[in-house]
Amino acid sequence: MIYREAGDYKLTYGADAQTFPIKGDRWAYWLALAFAAAVVPLFLTDYLAFALLVPFLIYVIAALGLNLLLGYCGQLSLGTGGFMAVGAYAAFKLMTAFPGLNIVFVIILAGLVTAAVGVLFGLPSLRIKGFYLAVATLAAQFFLVWLFTRAPWFFNYSPTGMITAPTRTLFGVPITGPSASGVSVYLFCLGFVVVLAWLARNLTRGSLGRSWMAIRDMDIAAEIIGVNPLRAKLSAFAISSFYVGIAGALLFTVALGAAEASEAFGIDKSFLVLFMVIIGGLGSILGAFIGAAFLIIGPVLLKLLLVNNLGWPTDLAAHVEVMIIGTLILVFLIAEPHGLTALWRTLKEKLRLWPFPY
Amino acid sequence: MKTTHFAAALAVGMTAAAPALAELHFPSLSYRTGPFAPGGIPFADGYSDYLTLINERDGGIGGVRIRQSECETAYNTERGVECYQGLRGEDPLVLQPLSTGITYQLIPRTMQDQIPMHTMGYGRTSAVNGEVFNWTFNYPANYWDGASVIINYLLEENDGSLDDKKIALLYHNSAFGREPIPTLTRLSEREGFELLTIGVDSPGQQQSSQWLQIRRERPDYVIMWGWGVMNSTAIQEAANIRFPMENFIGVWWSGSEQDVIPVGAGAHGYKALAMHGTGRDYPVYDDLQTYVVDRGLAAGTGGELGTVNYSRGMYAAMLAVEAAKVAQEIHGVGQITPAMMRDGMANLVITEELMESLGLPGFGPAFEVDCTNHGGTGAAMIQQWDANAREWNLITDWILPDRELIMEMVMEDSLAYAAENDITPTCLDRSGG
Repeated sequence: MIYREAGDYKLTYGADAQTFPIKGDRWAYWLALAFAAAVVPLFLTDYLAFALLVPFLIYVIAALGLNLLLGYCGQLSLGTGGFMAVGAYAAFKLMTAFPGLNIVFVIILAGLVTAAVGVLFGLPSLRIKGFYLAVATLAAQFFLVWLFTRAPWFFNYSPTGMITAPTRTLFGVPITGPSASGVSVYLFCLGFVVVLAWLARNLTRGSLGRSWMAIRDMDIAAEIIGVNPLRAKLSAFAISSFYVGIAGALLFTVALGAAEASEAFGIDKSFLVLFMVIIGGLGSILGAFIGAAFLIIGPVLLKLLLVNNLGWPTDLAAHVEVMIIGTLILVFLIAEPHGLTALWRTLKEKLRLWPFPY
Repeated sequence: MKTTHFAAALAVGMTAAAPALAELHFPSLSYRTGPFAPGGIPFADGYSDYLTLINERDGGIGGVRIRQSECETAYNTERGVECYQGLRGEDPLVLQPLSTGITYQLIPRTMQDQIPMHTMGYGRTSAVNGEVFNWTFNYPANYWDGASVIINYLLEENDGSLDDKKIALLYHNSAFGREPIPTLTRLSEREGFELLTIGVDSPGQQQSSQWLQIRRERPDYVIMWGWGVMNSTAIQEAANIRFPMENFIGVWWSGSEQDVIPVGAGAHGYKALAMHGTGRDYPVYDDLQTYVVDRGLAAGTGGELGTVNYSRGMYAAMLAVEAAKVAQEIHGVGQITPAMMRDGMANLVITEELMESLGLPGFGPAFEVDCTNHGGTGAAMIQQWDANAREWNLITDWILPDRELIMEMVMEDSLAYAAENDITPTCLDRSGG
């Protein structure tokens, strides 16, 4: 009734092929964007920004990246944490080696460096797949973290191996370092998320994305109809790593400020991002957002509820939080094995027919 | 502060209680969950119990009551950021993150927000230079002191010469574990011993390859910089290869009961640094028992009173309370701000008489803090584990580190930090008010 496509006429091929074919969706998209860019900064506190929204936006980028690789191209990777570390350390080396370089270019270049590393570690995917590929990428995870803790060049020979992000500004406003305000960091990350999500959406709708999906659905059939597996798989690894590298660079430069590979980019990061993709929904852009919101904002909200409002002891709250999140994951996956986006999709189908379902 | 709570209330859809005005807020960034919880829990309990004691026995500091708050970090830097952002608006008088990783993250932020941080026996060593690190304190001892104290102790044991000796450093492969390496490297060049550094990846349950290496290299001494589960694993492995326990020395974070008790008789003779006394033979414990444990106000079960990490948490709280008293005296007000607290910490004087009057005679060293030295004296003792009596025995008096060498390294590191971050080294004036 309210949410429907009847009467929404498409007069051109372009209009027919647009991302949001339903008018209600288009409106919702633009409203959400306007809300995020114009309304949220008005009431954004540093706590909301640094504890909730900035980590959320950064993990959205990481989940988008892994979703391109796993959800669209079907290549299972457990090296996400390691690739995030590549992005972070590349950003650190670039920031310290070229102090005048604009922070936006630092982040993008860090993504490109990660893309190159991702291609390198994506090479085994040409021979192996499934669990075997997971093990190969797991090796990448451990190797990369080992490299960043043992090779002093990467952390500029600092005695502790910690890397610290110096202050960098954009248009005169500090983005990294202790003086950066929550609003500026939030808008900076939001910009990256919007551009990268737009890019991801359109990549997956184009020929490259279709070749990935062909490989995912049946690689032999894809090869027979003319999809080049080398090109498809390596491009998926490159683009996915580019996203993950940007997420790692942002996590280090704007969110944490100081990091250490083994602690900030360990194997648990790889699993965290993987869970986001699985819970959100494989092969869906919206899924990356939902998954990241569930696993990043969810625990903090639970903590606020249990500790700050109900006054529970912190340790009890921390344990209960793990149990609640774990239970919710199980419940959601039992209710909808294809992730939370599938729930949303079903809801949308129902809404279209409401109030006259057949 | 109001906005933070507003945000929290907004996010959860519930209202949060606004704190009353006249109170001193001492937050605790604790970790009661995760792989390092066995060390984090007693520390947090000791910290909290001592503050409760001050409230119950003395009615607060200078008549102003203490408000405690706790935030769980799980020793994780991302959660550390979350905790810090939640706390910073609530006038926290001093932050004690009990994690070197979180310390590194908070140093620039606390400088910016003007909140003092005390990293007792951990954190960034070069914070000793208070002209660069105005808001960070690491008295009474730091990692480089600890490394130097161990070497001085070994020098004494070996009649002043460590020539041709081989010393292995088994370290937690993190910012914390790597901290002593520069000092030990410098000392090895000067004293002529061979230094072998062996890293253990966090959390450290897997050490067979490291101990295989130790067995092959046959070092004369093994020094350990470990925390959490890594400690007991290492001591177990050392017992398995029959490494002479009296030649195995841990830092103060590797010398608590829960590190040695799991190993049983095999741990007999293991040594560790002690930056303060342990055991219940101090009068303050009677007060803690009467005012806190017996009244059911203890943060933990009350059974861990006098254990190493509990004592350390209590010591940290005691130093914080004394600094608050100094701050109240300097500024002549009861309700001090974080900036006034910094003045108190920067002018803290701990004497033996003061320790005695607090019910802790000989518990910690006497030291003075000033702008150019935020690190105290750096003295520490050596304690040895008696597996039969199940207790730590102090086997030396206070041993002083080689402060000349350490200050030289501190200046190098802190001035490099100042140059990187555009800081002009200077002493801060006392804050107004």
